Amino acid sequence: MENLIALLIAAPLLGAAVLLCGGRRLDAVGHWLGTLLAAVSFGLGVALFADMLGRSADNRAVHKHLFSWVPVEGFQADVGFQLDQLSMTFVLLITGVGTLIHIYSIGYMEHDENRRRFFGYLNLFLAAMLLLVLADNYLLLYVGWEGVGLASYLLIGFWQHKPSAATAAKKAFLVNRVGDMGLSIAIMVMFTTWGSFAFSTVFNQVGETGWGRNTTVGLMLLLAACGKSAQVPLQSWLGDAMEGPTPVSALIHAATMVTAGVYLITRSGAIFNQVQDVQTVVVIVGAVTLLFGAIVGCAKDDIKKALAGSTMSQIGYMILATGLGPIGYAFAIMHLVTHGFFKAGLFLGAGSVMHGMNDEVDMRKYGGLRKYMPVTFVTFGLGYLAIIGFPGLSGFWSKDKIIEAAFAKGGTEGWILGAVTLLGAAITAYYMTRVMLMTFFGEKRWNEEETHPHESPGTMTIPMIVLAFGSVLAGGLFSINESFVKWLEPVTSFSHGDSPVSAGVVTASTIVVLLIGVGLAWAQYGRKPVPVVAPRGSLLTRAARRDLLQDDFNHVVLVRGGEHLTRSLVYVDHTLVDGVVNGTAAGFGGLSGRLRKLQNGFARSYAVSMFGGAAVLIAATLLMRAV
Amino acid sequence: MQLAVSATQTSTGEAFQFWVLGTVAVIGALCTVLMKKAVHSALCLAGTMIILAVFYLANGAYFLGIVQVVVYTGAIMMLFLFVVMLVGVTAADSLKETIKGQRVWAAVCGIGFGVLLVAGIANANLKHFDGLKQANAGGNVEGLAALIFTKYVFAFEITGALLITSAIGAMVLTHRERTERAKTQRELSEQRVSDGKHLPPLPAPGVYARHNAVDIAGLLPDGTPSELTVNQTLRGRGQIRDVSSEALSDLKALEQRSTERLGREEEAAK
Amino acid sequence: MNPVNYLYLSALLFTIGAAGVLIRRNAIVVFMCVELMLNACNLAFVVFSRMHGNLDGQIIAFFTMVVAAAEVVVGLAIIVSLFRSRHSASVDDASLMKL
Repeated sequence: MENLIALLIAAPLLGAAVLLCGGRRLDAVGHWLGTLLAAVSFGLGVALFADMLGRSADNRAVHKHLFSWVPVEGFQADVGFQLDQLSMTFVLLITGVGTLIHIYSIGYMEHDENRRRFFGYLNLFLAAMLLLVLADNYLLLYVGWEGVGLASYLLIGFWQHKPSAATAAKKAFLVNRVGDMGLSIAIMVMFTTWGSFAFSTVFNQVGETGWGRNTTVGLMLLLAACGKSAQVPLQSWLGDAMEGPTPVSALIHAATMVTAGVYLITRSGAIFNQVQDVQTVVVIVGAVTLLFGAIVGCAKDDIKKALAGSTMSQIGYMILATGLGPIGYAFAIMHLVTHGFFKAGLFLGAGSVMHGMNDEVDMRKYGGLRKYMPVTFVTFGLGYLAIIGFPGLSGFWSKDKIIEAAFAKGGTEGWILGAVTLLGAAITAYYMTRVMLMTFFGEKRWNEEETHPHESPGTMTIPMIVLAFGSVLAGGLFSINESFVKWLEPVTSFSHGDSPVSAGVVTASTIVVLLIGVGLAWAQYGRKPVPVVAPRGSLLTRAARRDLLQDDFNHVVLVRGGEHLTRSLVYVDHTLVDGVVNGTAAGFGGLSGRLRKLQNGFARSYAVSMFGGAAVLIAATLLMRAV
Repeated sequence: MQLAVSATQTSTGEAFQFWVLGTVAVIGALCTVLMKKAVHSALCLAGTMIILAVFYLANGAYFLGIVQVVVYTGAIMMLFLFVVMLVGVTAADSLKETIKGQRVWAAVCGIGFGVLLVAGIANANLKHFDGLKQANAGGNVEGLAALIFTKYVFAFEITGALLITSAIGAMVLTHRERTERAKTQRELSEQRVSDGKHLPPLPAPGVYARHNAVDIAGLLPDGTPSELTVNQTLRGRGQIRDVSSEALSDLKALEQRSTERLGREEEAAK
Repeated sequence: MNPVNYLYLSALLFTIGAAGVLIRRNAIVVFMCVELMLNACNLAFVVFSRMHGNLDGQIIAFFTMVVAAAEVVVGLAIIVSLFRSRHSASVDDASLMKL
């Protein structure tokens, strides 16, 4: 059975190869082929899942050594796969949601003449992400990691004829490179410390290693996770990544890419558990990003960017949960999966709205769309209810657990984190309600002559419906008898924290803040008509519209700083280094110029020199005799 | 010839001869350097060499003295004169210095060198002279021959090789291989026309019966002298005599004389 | 008179010849000055021969003469061929091998 693992990756990889190398003759069938291969991968995943369920909890992890990649003495790099419960969860999420997004893209990209290439990239994205989660060592994981970066670059910049898309792709790639540097440094430190890249070897030895090495590795892994998962301070690329086609956003935000960081931290839990300080940093990063993304999400009028802020915020929840250690890993992954459902649903819904609104993204030009797009409205609405944590829906179960775990951290930290997560939940409710109200309720704010809102075709609605089911049911199913936590326990281990607040109180307060958020949003956007032109807003609003000045910060601190550094280095180079070099050269040049005049080519001049030399020799001889 | 070659102190005759001829030799050497024309330099050098030959004889080197006269002044200086003739007169004869600082440095080095040399000789302990009485006992030529054909026989043989080499070298250096066909007369004349050279024979030098000489330029119809009429070598040496002004002044003098005489005759007629 | 005076004369002639080499531009005259220097040396050899009482000095002078003859032959040949190609016997004209 474990031989199928390689096929899991091979199927979309084959799709990418065929579609990208096949050329125009595959234009007619390319999208079907890509979707089919994604579905094949999903089918294989399901088969492996069934197989895994058939074994007892301790025997579920499967290893498959494929071949030796770099068989060098003292440097063994293998291509091997590890399919345990954590990987399995990701495989199902990636291939399942991925396949749905493939199906959706068939309709969404119908009029794009490069649809075949698009599906090739999608398949490449899936293959890279699968490689990332299936690898049994860090080096192979790094290959998948870079593959994800490449695929995201290609997809974000898919409409590269738009300068903004090309820039956004470049930005995503560059910011990701910072994170990639972290991962590569972490891998190098691992190799010098433990002599291996394999998860098993590394995790077995990590307990015996000193604080410094572990901290370095942990911080570098966190940097990597920040890059891929768009966490502060490497978050700036996510908003711009909306320049890609909407299915790409759905794929990046729900199934691939941003989940990679959460996967990395969870997978490396053995390392993080060793160093409390790094875990604290992880928690801080998560908490900051949680609020950061939520605030940005509140101010954006672009529906996709609002959702992007939301993603950032939700991933912040997950990172925060991973930072809590064994009490949080399982909930982080659980939230990741439920988030995968509802966020994919939301993005596909947003894409569906745009599809019907002539690619308009400004929510202030929507309004009252529920009558025109009933299916989209219902599925989007279910996703909305799930994300704000409406009791009974997916988001409620997973987010509630994270808030509980935050309180369970204990001490002052626990209270702070609990408060932050609760605040985040309130803001989430606020901005999602805002999106919902501005899009589907209220007055029509679009031009009826130019825009004819209509429901999307079946290829687009069916995935949305399927995802809506997931958004509604997944959380509940996972929480029955703590089945998800138990499922993951062999990999991530699990411990109930000592919560100072009882679960019931947490749930109740969650619902209260949820109601407050929704109520505020309704008061602002439901009761009153939404202005088509955005009001100037408060200082915070204006800052949030500019992504809380993240780009300005990067520009001032990094770009300007870099420029100044470069300029001063150039100055030093030109004056000091070149000065010494050129001065020496000029000195010798001038000396040579003078000496050259001695070489005038006249034999008689040389004769004088000879004669003078002879005189000097005689003088020397006489002197020697005298002495 | 004085034969007093063994004494540490020379005879008065030799001393007298040294001071007189030595002075002449130095003057000759200076003239060699300072004479403007190469021929004069060569002649001065020849004089110096003859004096040196005398000194050789005075110092007991009879063979060398004769050889000096025969080989140096006879053969080598003749060779020089031949080359001077071949090369002719050039601007290089000018004593004007063209390299900056050359004279000054030459003077400094020369005086310094000479002073050092003299100081060296004075400093050396050269009071005792053995003289050649013993060495020349069997005759100077025989003594030399004995040395040349015994002790110095290899050097002597090598010198022979050197002479042959230099003779061949001189031939090679001066020999010019004809690499192209000799031009026919027709081609030469055509080339002269195409080069725009003077076509007819050059005009003959000398004007009037009074000055039928090669160094006097012929006069053109307007009375100016034409350098073309004078031999190229004379032109190079600048030895053209300008006859026109002379002739004009002569003419003027003639006219004056005739008017004086005619005037007198007129007065006498009155 | 001490025969050492011959040596002073020799030194004087040699110096005059050397100065001539430095001062004159006509290659032929330069050559004559070289000959003068050689002759001055010969005089010194002859005097040394008298001083030491053997004929070796004269032998050396004899060889010098032979070498001088060879040198003159080659040197004058060079001057002639130089004059042929450059129409000048000036040593300063042969100064092309400079910067």
